[in-house]
Amino acid sequence: MSVVDIRHAAVAYGGRVVLRDVSMRTESGQVTAILGANGSGKSTLVRTILGLVPLAGGEIDLFGTPQRRFREWARIGYVPQRLGAGSGVPATVGEVVASGRLARRGIFRPARAADKEAVRAALEDVALLDRINDPVATLSGGQQQRTLIARALAGRPDLLVLDEPTAGVDAVSQEAFAGVLSRFAARGGTILLVAHELGPIQPLIGTAVVVHDGRIAYEGAVPEPAGHHAEPGHDHVHPHAQPEQPAICVAPTDRMPPSNHPAATL
Amino acid sequence: MDLFQYEFMLRALAGALVIGLTAPALGIYLVQRRLSLIGDGIGHVALTGVGVGLLFNQSPVLTAVVVSILGAVGVELVRQRGRTSGDLALALLFYGGIAGGVVLVGLSDSTSANLTQFLFGSLTTTSRQDLIVIAVLGVAVLTAMLALRPALFAVCNDEEYARVSGLPVRTLNLLLAVTTAVTVTIAMRTVGVLLVSALMVVPVAAAQQVTRGFRTTMAAAMAIGLGAAAVGVTVSGELDTAPGATIVILAIAAFLAITVGAATWRMLRRRIPAEREHAGPPEVVLQEASAR
Repeated sequence: MSVVDIRHAAVAYGGRVVLRDVSMRTESGQVTAILGANGSGKSTLVRTILGLVPLAGGEIDLFGTPQRRFREWARIGYVPQRLGAGSGVPATVGEVVASGRLARRGIFRPARAADKEAVRAALEDVALLDRINDPVATLSGGQQQRTLIARALAGRPDLLVLDEPTAGVDAVSQEAFAGVLSRFAARGGTILLVAHELGPIQPLIGTAVVVHDGRIAYEGAVPEPAGHHAEPGHDHVHPHAQPEQPAICVAPTDRMPPSNHPAATL
Repeated sequence: MDLFQYEFMLRALAGALVIGLTAPALGIYLVQRRLSLIGDGIGHVALTGVGVGLLFNQSPVLTAVVVSILGAVGVELVRQRGRTSGDLALALLFYGGIAGGVVLVGLSDSTSANLTQFLFGSLTTTSRQDLIVIAVLGVAVLTAMLALRPALFAVCNDEEYARVSGLPVRTLNLLLAVTTAVTVTIAMRTVGVLLVSALMVVPVAAAQQVTRGFRTTMAAAMAIGLGAAAVGVTVSGELDTAPGATIVILAIAAFLAITVGAATWRMLRRRIPAEREHAGPPEVVLQEASAR
């Protein structure tokens, strides 16, 4: 069964075309990484799938239902790139993760024991249960990222959509992360993630999709990094399927410091 | 002398307590989404509503509710489009609202004393009918803020995530806009449009100095708002000061006291483990010594 089915999608921001004629299909249980350089449109692609960016053309089906008529949002767990800017009003880890239950329980029904249990289970999964009553602002970047994953998992979704989950995340959290995703995949969950560099999650990825200049430039097995491109801080993707195209360089130029640089490990 | 033997003082107290409890319960969401000053902007718009009421000999509170709801919904729609920055939208509200209010009040044949009443509040002239309106609307706002806390928290904390969760984000945002307008208008009697925002924001600012979670911040902010209102009305009765301004000054005093207290507590707590370290096993002391 197809979980996400995109046919000839086009997206434009204020007249500027960001995605053109994008078609891709994700089957149930598949783990797909969307790769690409900054500004390639890879983040826009997932945001379009989630309905955060309107389609200018083409169609998207979610779980076999056209996106416009799709209402079972509880089946999708979204993990944004980072926690919102934070306003100063404190919120505990538990409170943030509990937001993930709203799609399931609705906004009028108060939390029940099952909701609380799901929150605890999700935090246990990301190894943050001991921080449930701590303010999220006191957590490290990697722990905050894990909190966001727990929030998505708390809704018991069938599809996890992650936007650059490992960007700027310390090594411990990256490992924890790979563990969470592999357990989710082992339960039959479908994963769609945007990545800059794959790191420890690379073995999980079944399909890689490379977005270049608003189009899908490559779709298939994860390309092997070679030579100096395999060095830490580099994640170069060579679309061997289409050798006539220039190599697509995916280097973390906007991350200071690179996530697998020793300085980033807290 | 017992201040509260007079009915007008009892009405003043009851009105202030409702506002003291409701304003922070709403304000916490506004602070969380960095719209701390929106209440002030809506307050200025409410003044235009007062002007409309005085000009056409209608109840100023009623016209203020209508005009400020229109203003709040307008701001929310501008914000959703994301074209104009929230900052500019607020500036337009402030100046347009106050200018419209002053011009309209001037056109009507009411005195400037009337305008002052709405600018700075006039708690002691609260009539029985006013009090009923304040109580009914206040309880409605309070119920919505408490019952919908998880959903409103989700929307204010991460709006995109809330949208992907399938929450009715637009409706919840409009609900916040409308309840802000209603709270501003009922608080107008207590503290006046110029100080309305203070009761929404200051108790929250004070509470979050010492709290760890959203729910506890909300409870503490409501307690601080209620306390400032109760003490403020009493003190203003004793000292014959303006009740609204007295309540706000007390809330700010609470903020300062809590901030200083929390800072002192943190400093003390940091010193205690440092002293314990000296009593620790010898190797710890040695390591410390070599490090220095």
